Amino acid sequence: MATEEMEQLVRREYKEGFVTDIESDTLPPGLDENTIAFISQKKGEPEWMLEWRLDAYRQWLKMKEPSWAHLNYPPIDYQSISYFSAPKRPEDRPQSLDEVDPKLLETYEKLGIPLHERAALAGVAVDAVFDSVSVATTFKETLSEAGVIFCSISEAVRDYPELIKEYLGTVVPKNDNYFAALNSAVFTDGSFVFVPKGVKCPMELSTYFRINAANTGQFERTLIVCESGAEVSYLEGCTAPMRDENQLHAAVVEIVALDDAYIKYSTVQNWYPGDEDGKGGIYNFVTKRGDCRGDRSRISWTQVETGSAITWKYPSCMLRGKDSIGEFYSVAVTNGRQQADTGTKMIHIGEGTRSYIVAKGISAGKSDQSYRGLVKIGPRAKGARNFTQCDSLLIGDTCGAHTFPYQEINNSTATVEHEATTSKIGEDQLFYCQSRGITEEDAVSMIVNGFCKDVFQELPMEFAVEAEALLNVTLEGAVG
Amino acid sequence: MSEVLTFLETLKARSQQRAEEPTWIAARRQAGAARFEAMGFPTRRDEEWKYTDVRAISQTHFALTENAEFSQAGAAALTLPIDAYRLTFVDGVFSAALSDLDGLPQGLQILPLSQALTENHEAVGGPLGRLTGVEFSPFAALNTAFMEEGAVVRLAPGTVVEKPIVLQFLSRANAEPVMCHPRVLVEAAGRSEATLIEHYTGEADAQNFTNVVGEYMLDRGAIFNHYKLQEAPLGDYHVASMHVEQNRDSRYRSYNLNLGGALVRNDLISDLNGKGAEANFLGLFFGQGRQHVDNHTKVNHNAPLTFSNENYKGILGDRAHGVFNGKVFVKRDSQKIEGFQSNQNLLLSDRARIDAKPELEIYADDVKCSHGTTTGQLDEEAVYAMRTRGIDKATARALLTLAFAGEVLEEVTLDAISERVELAVAGKLPERFNLTGLVETASALNE
Repeated sequence: MATEEMEQLVRREYKEGFVTDIESDTLPPGLDENTIAFISQKKGEPEWMLEWRLDAYRQWLKMKEPSWAHLNYPPIDYQSISYFSAPKRPEDRPQSLDEVDPKLLETYEKLGIPLHERAALAGVAVDAVFDSVSVATTFKETLSEAGVIFCSISEAVRDYPELIKEYLGTVVPKNDNYFAALNSAVFTDGSFVFVPKGVKCPMELSTYFRINAANTGQFERTLIVCESGAEVSYLEGCTAPMRDENQLHAAVVEIVALDDAYIKYSTVQNWYPGDEDGKGGIYNFVTKRGDCRGDRSRISWTQVETGSAITWKYPSCMLRGKDSIGEFYSVAVTNGRQQADTGTKMIHIGEGTRSYIVAKGISAGKSDQSYRGLVKIGPRAKGARNFTQCDSLLIGDTCGAHTFPYQEINNSTATVEHEATTSKIGEDQLFYCQSRGITEEDAVSMIVNGFCKDVFQELPMEFAVEAEALLNVTLEGAVG
Repeated sequence: MSEVLTFLETLKARSQQRAEEPTWIAARRQAGAARFEAMGFPTRRDEEWKYTDVRAISQTHFALTENAEFSQAGAAALTLPIDAYRLTFVDGVFSAALSDLDGLPQGLQILPLSQALTENHEAVGGPLGRLTGVEFSPFAALNTAFMEEGAVVRLAPGTVVEKPIVLQFLSRANAEPVMCHPRVLVEAAGRSEATLIEHYTGEADAQNFTNVVGEYMLDRGAIFNHYKLQEAPLGDYHVASMHVEQNRDSRYRSYNLNLGGALVRNDLISDLNGKGAEANFLGLFFGQGRQHVDNHTKVNHNAPLTFSNENYKGILGDRAHGVFNGKVFVKRDSQKIEGFQSNQNLLLSDRARIDAKPELEIYADDVKCSHGTTTGQLDEEAVYAMRTRGIDKATARALLTLAFAGEVLEEVTLDAISERVELAVAGKLPERFNLTGLVETASALNE
């Protein structure tokens, strides 16, 4: 491929880069027990929640930041981060889209995802998180008719304390890892979804997260629970404006599926990756875990990761229930100086559990990308089955692509397969397309999209279109 | 920490007995001891030792031995029936009586390390420890601190050695467990060609610890076939660090066949430093009882146009625990390389266990790399198909197990070795039966 075009591609600017100027009610940088008390009070939380947070904080203090990932970044000063930022006048929070600050709507316009249009067209309820407080929630009524609870986690703590007490921290314990502990102490927002027994959620649920106000880390906490036979598809998509300071993002997502429940969790992540020299960009340390607690339950993770300077993310499934199924479909694209260490963990505990992993990595520019996965078959997981396919595509000779799959197999009736390949776009493939009158850029785009097809087809329709566009934008200049 | 001190005390006692040494050896020894003291024994918190617990080694007191007594008949029963040049070590001590270096061709030098040091220690000082330094692992450091004996093999440019070279390491059933830290040093000059067999075996009741470091330097166009047949007694502990350096157009083939040992750890590394260099890693590990077999391999593609291919097969029965960690590393700008890796494991019993980690670390784009790993059990449909044809279940299972190993074994060009492995694998299968006749018939047909 022509080197110039490659370089052009690599030198693309961040299209979603803009800062919306809304005054924030922001806490000064620093973290101690007072910060946590402030957050808890601001959220109007009950006493037990504060205790829970403080316990997490005290455990966090004793923990060490993990260093095993194939990532390289300067040490994070946790005292230089502001842990709370909310749009002004929380008491005047808009009740519908019309009341939403026009600047916010403008922001969404720039992203090409006008909320109302999207919501109306796709019949999607949107719980938009602007910085740390939910500012608009739609379609709540349709959902409540079906008995589905879809609200911000803060509301849930106030309105459904029993459910929160029952499920929060049961999939990702407070002290699970360094970043999960930090999140447990300071989480400010996120979503709560509860689908009762036998209910199929009437629409796809969607949250757009945006990180705004400079210097505020975003610590969402998402909890999704599907009771027996319930089903839900949850969409999470993110973009962030351009800025200089590195921003820390440490989210926790917990999913619980009881007997015969099916939860599909899709993510498109397009946070600011930093400039050409790797300056700025989001640090994304996420703990996502699904618990297939019930028999025949199924959890499916689909992710398209194109943003962030640092990605540390391993959506996992604990397959406890008999014949439960875990799935992981991932496309990760890194360019510039982005670094991503991502993958999944499939822990087979119950009999007849199955997991399926498809991970596609595309590295360009000076980026570095690793797939890190664990497939563990416990001694009681009779007849467990795993298949893993993990392919890397390298664009340019200054990037890196790595694979670190772990397999721990304790049961002879299990069948575990792993396949991985690493290659570049074939000259012959390009030549073939070009000989048929397709431009080089289009050909590269076609080949890359074909490479990711297995994952894109798992995405909900409208997300798939967006993901494809995003992929092209991300690799613009570098690929067509 | 007290475990480390026990080893250091043994070392101290030993050095007081030892005659004066050239200063460079004393310095290396000291560096090894210091490094070992600083690192201590690896624990499962070390990524490289995540699945292997070495406490069985660190918590045992191993003595050192100075004699190489071994009955001729006993040795003959263990020796591979191959016409070869042979060096024999008994618990790490060189045995001239059990060695045979008659008629060494011109251009080939095979000598025990002690002799090489006495004759011209400067010539050994340079290469020894160049590939496997004390930094590599606590065991390499420990070996460096204790090293006394081993084998030095030198091939002059263009020397083609027809007969294989056998390094035989015998482990005795001693009253108290002993340890040895042999070194193997091979310098193959340009366009030379040889086959080396490292054979670890011994008396059935032995419980010793062998901690070997091997360094193999292949200059331009050298061709080197490296067999490791590890049939150590089932009570033995075996740790091996093998490091290969490959210059331009050199070809290296490793046959890493592991059948014995209570706790086995192999590190096999090849540095492909010159264009056209090619490495082939073939491996088979067979575990039964409570055996623990850990294979770590790494291919470093440090130069463009290099090629590597790896195929490791594991068969684990009873409560055996296997570990496979294979890594393909491609350095920045090592373009047009090909690196393939395959690991397949067969679990024969419910309590057998395997931990596999095939890794790729790639910093160049014009590469073809792939790895695959599978773990499963015998195909019950294939067993059924054989049973419908009158073959009993045990035989069917054994045949399928052998067939599984076959892909690696058929690459073994020395029949004495492949037959030995076949018989070992077939004879040790959980449902015991006699496959000897079958294997013999098959090999007779092949001839």
